[in-house]
Amino acid sequence: MISMPYLSLAVWLPIIAGLAVLAVGRDRDAGAARWIALLGALVGFLVTLPLWLHFDAGTSAMQFVERTEWVPRFDLHYYLGVDGISMLFVLLNSLMTVFVVWAGWEVVQTRVAQYMGAFLIQSGLINGAFCALDGILFYMFFEAMLIPMYIIIGVWGGPNRVYAAVKFFLYTLVGSLLMLVALIYLYTVSETFSILDWYQVPLSMKVQLLLFVAFFLAFAVKVPMWPVHTWLPDAHVEAPTGGSVILAAITLKIGAYGFVRFILPIVPDASRYLSGFVITLSLIAVIYIGFVALVQGDMKKLIAYSSISHMGFVTLGFFLFSQLGVEGGLVQMISHGFVSAAMFLCVGVMYDRMHSRQIADYGGVVNTMPKFAAFMMLFAMANSGLPATSGFVGEFLVILAAVKVNFWLGLLAAVTLILGAAYTLWMYKRVIFGAIANDRVRSLIDLDRREFWMLAALAALVIAMGVWPKPIVDVMHASVANLLAHVAQSKL
Amino acid sequence: MTMQQLYLLVPAVPLAGAVIVGLFGPRLGRAVSHWLCILAVAAAFALSAYIWRDVSLGHAFNGDVYTWLQSGSLKLSIGFLIDPLTTTMMLVITFVSLMVHIYTVGYMADDPGYTRFFSYISLFTFSMLMLVMSNNFLQLFFGWEAVGLVSYLLIGFWYTRSTAIYANLKAFIANRVGDFGFVLGIGLVLAFFGTLDYTEVFAKAGGLAATTINLWGDTQWSLLTVVCICLFVGAMAKSAQVPLHVWLPDSMEGPTPISALIHAATMVTAGIFMVARMSPLFELSETALSFVTVIGATTALFMAFLGIIQNDIKRVVAYSTLSQLGYMTVALGVSAYSAAIFHLMTHAFFKALLFLAAGSVIIAMHHEQDLRKMGGLRKYMPITYWTAVIGSLALAGVPPFSGFFSKDAIIEAAHFSKIPGHGYAYFAVVAGVFITAFYSFRMLFLAFHGNERFDQSGQGHDDHAAAAGAQADADTGLHAASHDAGDEPDAHRHRGGPPKESPWVVTVPLILLAIPSVYAGWAYIEPMLFGPYFGDSIVVREEHAVLMEMRGEWHGALAFIEHGVLSLPFWLAIAGIAAAWYCYLVNPALPERLKKAAGPIYTLLDNKYYFDRFNDWFFAGGARRMGDFLSNTGDRSIIDGFFVNGSARVVGWASMLMRHIQSGYVYHYAFTMIIGLFALLSWWTLR
Repeated sequence: MISMPYLSLAVWLPIIAGLAVLAVGRDRDAGAARWIALLGALVGFLVTLPLWLHFDAGTSAMQFVERTEWVPRFDLHYYLGVDGISMLFVLLNSLMTVFVVWAGWEVVQTRVAQYMGAFLIQSGLINGAFCALDGILFYMFFEAMLIPMYIIIGVWGGPNRVYAAVKFFLYTLVGSLLMLVALIYLYTVSETFSILDWYQVPLSMKVQLLLFVAFFLAFAVKVPMWPVHTWLPDAHVEAPTGGSVILAAITLKIGAYGFVRFILPIVPDASRYLSGFVITLSLIAVIYIGFVALVQGDMKKLIAYSSISHMGFVTLGFFLFSQLGVEGGLVQMISHGFVSAAMFLCVGVMYDRMHSRQIADYGGVVNTMPKFAAFMMLFAMANSGLPATSGFVGEFLVILAAVKVNFWLGLLAAVTLILGAAYTLWMYKRVIFGAIANDRVRSLIDLDRREFWMLAALAALVIAMGVWPKPIVDVMHASVANLLAHVAQSKL
Repeated sequence: MTMQQLYLLVPAVPLAGAVIVGLFGPRLGRAVSHWLCILAVAAAFALSAYIWRDVSLGHAFNGDVYTWLQSGSLKLSIGFLIDPLTTTMMLVITFVSLMVHIYTVGYMADDPGYTRFFSYISLFTFSMLMLVMSNNFLQLFFGWEAVGLVSYLLIGFWYTRSTAIYANLKAFIANRVGDFGFVLGIGLVLAFFGTLDYTEVFAKAGGLAATTINLWGDTQWSLLTVVCICLFVGAMAKSAQVPLHVWLPDSMEGPTPISALIHAATMVTAGIFMVARMSPLFELSETALSFVTVIGATTALFMAFLGIIQNDIKRVVAYSTLSQLGYMTVALGVSAYSAAIFHLMTHAFFKALLFLAAGSVIIAMHHEQDLRKMGGLRKYMPITYWTAVIGSLALAGVPPFSGFFSKDAIIEAAHFSKIPGHGYAYFAVVAGVFITAFYSFRMLFLAFHGNERFDQSGQGHDDHAAAAGAQADADTGLHAASHDAGDEPDAHRHRGGPPKESPWVVTVPLILLAIPSVYAGWAYIEPMLFGPYFGDSIVVREEHAVLMEMRGEWHGALAFIEHGVLSLPFWLAIAGIAAAWYCYLVNPALPERLKKAAGPIYTLLDNKYYFDRFNDWFFAGGARRMGDFLSNTGDRSIIDGFFVNGSARVVGWASMLMRHIQSGYVYHYAFTMIIGLFALLSWWTLR
């Protein structure tokens, strides 16, 4: 039907643009690097728009499929395609890349080309991971995207960046090693690397459990789920603003995406068998991490913990095995992409001026930055799940789905209503409200035009999605229903 | 234009006003901003009146505006249910809101956040209208949270004051505790009814009356009891019922107009409205109704006691609001839903009036709120005085003022009820009459009668402001000290001189609110309580129909007054007024003596039954201690310290050992191989 290879464009355009930016190289040409990066990011986003516009929401089949032989010896294919689950994340990622380039515009002054190049290349790799339908292709994208992020944290990060970068890299690498074994095992039993074909392979319970563990480790670290979450706060604290935005908005989503692309349909019996375990970990993430977030003195750490807590809702929703729960989880992923990105950008705006992320260094910012305070109020409210913001939709659906399964499950999940509001608004109170705390706050200057429109665009997205989430959820229906059919069907 | 478009226009117009003024207020200027908002709310009021008339002719409406989200067979919509209950609420909301909008022009005249304030109160009007016009639980929750947000923004309107930003955080979190229950209630409704649409849910309620759910162990709970109690927990926070009432007194940190609009007349009554709207569900659960009755009665009585000892004029009114909300809740519990809505309406008029009168006094006193520093204001501000008298008489329940009818109806309903706990409720609401009359007239006498205790030069207030500023620096965090006498912001520089009557923008709303405070009682009691006014929007089962029993004894408003004058509550009200007159005008030394005599009781009341202290220590403090523990011990020591960095160290040690083994000498390797082979062989043969 559609001849343009949109997915390949979505993957390779940013990478080519990134390489072009790198070629410009020197800081002397920073201006050129910025403009090429912006152009690359914008075009990269524009080519993903047809994915939504031409998307057929009526089918659960893969769309925009591209498949060519890659390594015939092992039946490897260059096999791309999206369904209602993955399509939105390609858009989200490409859009966030624009925001990141925008956010780093004047802020990054050293090695501009390398900075922009790293983000663009990473954006292409992430799109690759979302589109790949060949196990090894996915694995390569999945691992390759670690490298730009490792560099971003290690080069443009804070004082403790090397520790954080190594921790991030090793944590996620170790987690995903067993996944490679699992992929190869699946090849040996099915003689194909096509993920979709794996959905049909019968597997014994023992094998399913082993595969579950292998995949689960890889994805749980990425999400991250309690107790393998401790790399995230360190990575966020040390990462530059753009790095935090991509990390929170996109990278975490790959982990959750792995659950619905690999674990649930490939090992459905093990998933059902272990659902209680995953739900328990998710609820621990929601509650335990909520308490931890409350006492953080570093704003970025606080938002990082809040991310973990919000992602707990995603995994919780997935393992309720209901349309409402899975769609709630997916919506939560998209919303969290906007909201966490906005929160990190807000901290970035303050950090650029004050060079501190400590809550104690602030107080009364509203007096000098009223416009900024208004935006951050909106995002803080979205972070605490206020209705008519995107943050509400996913949480609400997942809580409803949880109550449907078990009242107490819903009750524990709903604790986030209180904790989420408490840690977000308490931080907001200490940072933004109050009398001017010190001379540095007194000399703050409100948002410039670039920052204003950047936050305004995100605000519009957050509100639009809260007021009318239907268009976003509608494209998921068929694919989620298909997924649930796979989960319900035993493969023993 | 179709009626549907008119319905849509009612909330849309204030929203447009709020958005325009919110975004461009500073550029539009003050006059344009306030005119935009006032006209928008006036339009909403006019439209509401038109719709009210249309509905009273029998044209109810129930339909969706758009589908918010669809998932599987579940369809969540934004839509309107326009019936007599809705239109009554719409009228009350838009009328009080309009009065408050006009009043604000005078009250906030000197405030730098003038346009922001107008934007907020228009946004509030929109949110509240969406709440009452909803035809489903989802939109109800939308409105529910949106009014909470605006309340949060407005309590913290003067954001440099530490007490204000403490109070607004407290209000939001207390309300979130309520939402916690509310969401679970909605979740249960969805789980068992399969829809969130009111009419569908109500239609299925009868069939699910016998359904039980297993919460723990083998105890079976009636589904509807659990649903109703969960929903009511939401109402307890929003309508400030014990023990979730703690946020409302502190909310007085906000500017007075919003205390009148949000924290007296409308938002806090959302919980009352919600339960009345859910009457088809609550009617099916005796346990839930009983729970509602007891909570309401406790709030009505024990919060009234606190009103007696407050010295901040706004806090007296605030505690009286708490107590009156308790009355409404009692009415709900004894299935007199229409009496609750009736009292909600009269209360909205006279309580908004009292708050705005208090605000008028506060302006005249140059933002002094301490009753002990007032007195004798009667002669300086006659309009404020006389409207306050009307408000106080209505609040105390003196015939023929509106409060008499609505309160007496609740007392009678509690009397006739057979719900478990009605005896306690009856006692509480009757005893509450005396206390209500006492504290409202205490306030009236202290402010308007007696000696002039204020300092006309306006000095001394500066010390007060300075002290507050010091306080602002001192308390940070979730546990900031709660305040007694609040003071208005730095922006208000007092002008000195004797007090004088407020400008017309302030007094006209007072007069316009005083009118319904006088007549709304006798004019509307018969249709609302005993007539078919509410139609099908309120459902009462036969065995709970206390109002039908009362109807048998109804012989017109005049007879009701005659009957009332002969009954206990009336004499209690008179006694309360007389006691206040004696204590504060005839023998002013008496209260001090009583205070000393009642030492421990006074301490208990002064500390508001220690709710705040307990919450600060247990919930706020406990949460932080828990967070510290999980963060330091859980994350840092166990997970990171032991497992993560521990594994890194293990790898380090292992590689160090490995390095020793890789010596490069062939005989080392050969020796190791032989040992290994020997070990393997022995294991193989001996196993």
